[in-house]
Amino acid sequence: MQNLWLIPALPFIGFLINGIFGRKLPKVAINAIAVLSVVLSFGLVVGVGLSSDWGTNPVHQHYFTWIKSGAFEVGWDFAVDKLTMIMLMIVTGIGSLIHIYATGYMAHEEGYYRFFAYLNLFMFFMLNLVLAANYLILFVGWEGVGLCSYLLIGFYFVKKSATTAGNKAFIVNRIGDFGFSLAMFLIVVSFGTLDFAKVFEAAPGKSVEVLTAIAMLMLLGATGKSAQIPLYVWLPDAMEGPTPVSALIHAATMVTAGVYMCSRSAAIFTHAPAAMELVAIIGLLTAVFAATIGMTQYDIKKVFAYSTVSQLGYMFLGVGVGAFSAGVWHLMTHAFFKALLFLGAGSVIHACHGEQDMRHMGGLRKYAPWTMGTLACASLAIAGFPFTSGFFSKDAILGAAFAHAPWMFWVGVITAGMTAFYVWRAFWMTFWGEYKGHGHPHESPWSMLGPLVVLAFLSIAGGFLFNVPKILESMFPIKEVEGEMTLTAISVTFGLLGIGISYYMYVVNTELPGKIANSLGGFYRLVYDKYRVDEAYDTAVVQPLVEGSTTVLWHGVDQGVIDGIVNGVGHQSKGIGGVLRRIQSGNIRSYATWVAVGAVALLIALGLGGGVR
Amino acid sequence: MDPLEMMKNGVPETFYLTLSAMLFAIGVAGFMIRRNIITVFMCIELMLNAVNLSFITFAHQHKQVSGHLFAFFVMVVAAAEAAVGLAIILTVFKNRSTLNIDEINTLKN
Repeated sequence: MQNLWLIPALPFIGFLINGIFGRKLPKVAINAIAVLSVVLSFGLVVGVGLSSDWGTNPVHQHYFTWIKSGAFEVGWDFAVDKLTMIMLMIVTGIGSLIHIYATGYMAHEEGYYRFFAYLNLFMFFMLNLVLAANYLILFVGWEGVGLCSYLLIGFYFVKKSATTAGNKAFIVNRIGDFGFSLAMFLIVVSFGTLDFAKVFEAAPGKSVEVLTAIAMLMLLGATGKSAQIPLYVWLPDAMEGPTPVSALIHAATMVTAGVYMCSRSAAIFTHAPAAMELVAIIGLLTAVFAATIGMTQYDIKKVFAYSTVSQLGYMFLGVGVGAFSAGVWHLMTHAFFKALLFLGAGSVIHACHGEQDMRHMGGLRKYAPWTMGTLACASLAIAGFPFTSGFFSKDAILGAAFAHAPWMFWVGVITAGMTAFYVWRAFWMTFWGEYKGHGHPHESPWSMLGPLVVLAFLSIAGGFLFNVPKILESMFPIKEVEGEMTLTAISVTFGLLGIGISYYMYVVNTELPGKIANSLGGFYRLVYDKYRVDEAYDTAVVQPLVEGSTTVLWHGVDQGVIDGIVNGVGHQSKGIGGVLRRIQSGNIRSYATWVAVGAVALLIALGLGGGVR
Repeated sequence: MDPLEMMKNGVPETFYLTLSAMLFAIGVAGFMIRRNIITVFMCIELMLNAVNLSFITFAHQHKQVSGHLFAFFVMVVAAAEAAVGLAIILTVFKNRSTLNIDEINTLKN
């Protein structure tokens, strides 16, 4: 059995070398260290996967005891079971591809070494998160990826909007992490341990109220990390970061941590039906809500960002209706096609010299055929085109949703139609028509196209190559859904309809979208402005906080009370000192007088007290 | 007290103690009132010797040797003090041409 700690340790070594010496290293060396550390890590994961004993007998490795307090003990433990294995494959596999892509994409950027150091650090924390064998180690990874996300969103820190977006991501995630911490405290109180195995073993014996409370607090944590209503607002802004970051962190891996955490805690969630229902409803709402916004955006990365929020909603729907394995399946296929969509978008932006507005693109199929071909694969997959990867996982979720509650299925299907529409809208706007931008567009280098081709293959074939529900059958039993063929036919029809409508609106009759937008008027503006959620949060939460902090805490408590006390003490000391100063006249004879007077006073006191015996 | 009695027992202790107290009081008063450093210095010696006298008196009264010991200590200290003190006074006078204690107040300002 290999040592599991090597898997996260390799990227960490890469981070240390690039982070400390990167400034002086040549680009070739930075590339080699950053890419090799992740690729080697992927190799190790494959090695662990090929060793036969992890499937039947989950591997558990204990390194050292971190916290010990009475009977409560937390160790630095890593464990691998099938769910972890899938996550490890996704994280290191897609991570390797995106590292390779980034060597091409970031080639001309400032702070090259810094970018790769952060990216490697992210890999370290993410692998820590999935390998963890207890909630606290998971939380270490959870916080660490949040930190790296913040650092990488604000990578272009000379841009005000980038640093603001980084802060927003970090602060919004704190709300979720607050929930997760409370969930952990509650687990410690009611279970006395944070170990996954022990908690899940004891979970069926606990009261429903406690489990529901734990599950709901975990859900709050998951809504923060995985960008669900009400905490999704940070993810679209996170697109300020470099495109490989959007692909790796804000599409394929980190944002799926919430889904992973809920699936990992399936033993708790299945015994808390109310929390499950809430998970499903939040997931479904987020899916529809984000999809409608995605249909109106013009920034190519914003479209895909809202698409990510929407697809994450799908995964939560899967988890919420009890189809954990379907949720994880969609997590995997989404990692393939959404990473590809973002990397393709990066390639498009690269081709158009940094332009992100789709209205200034168009006609790129002549200039960037490889990018177009690979993006077409991803767009087919996300639209649920038959036998692509998205088709399998989306159908598994929708089937389970139908078995749980038919209305959820119908909302999900409509969302699937919208998904197909906005992704293909972006596709037509980018590659069809005439080029409307400036300069001369060009195809990207092979270091960027190579990963695109691999991901395109996975987006098409990933669904039947890796049948996740089959792999995870021992952990999450498969529920057969009746009339699955009909349901599949319906969802495929909606997907194709979405593609067809987008083709008609953006290729055949390009006047139509403007007319529809005009006829919808105010509602269109509302959706285009992302339902003005950011503004609502600003007035409801941010402004009162800033106002309250300014008037009460700053001017009132800090300046009034704290500064008042400190300055008051200083002032009083000065006053008292001013009086006492007079005694210290520097006149020796007056001191001597005081000594004499004191001695006399002492003697008198002794005499009155009856003398010394 | 009968003089004959006094002759037989020697001078009583109270006389010595009274003398000691008077010498000490003179020393204190001189120390506080006089401005000349030499005078002040001599007042200090006076106080030390007043204390010495009472030490010896009590040692005689209680038939204990520790009083004598203390007297010797005080004498040693007084000798050392005289050596150092007079040296300081000489230097002060050399540098400032004054022995008025009120004018030697450099540290105050």
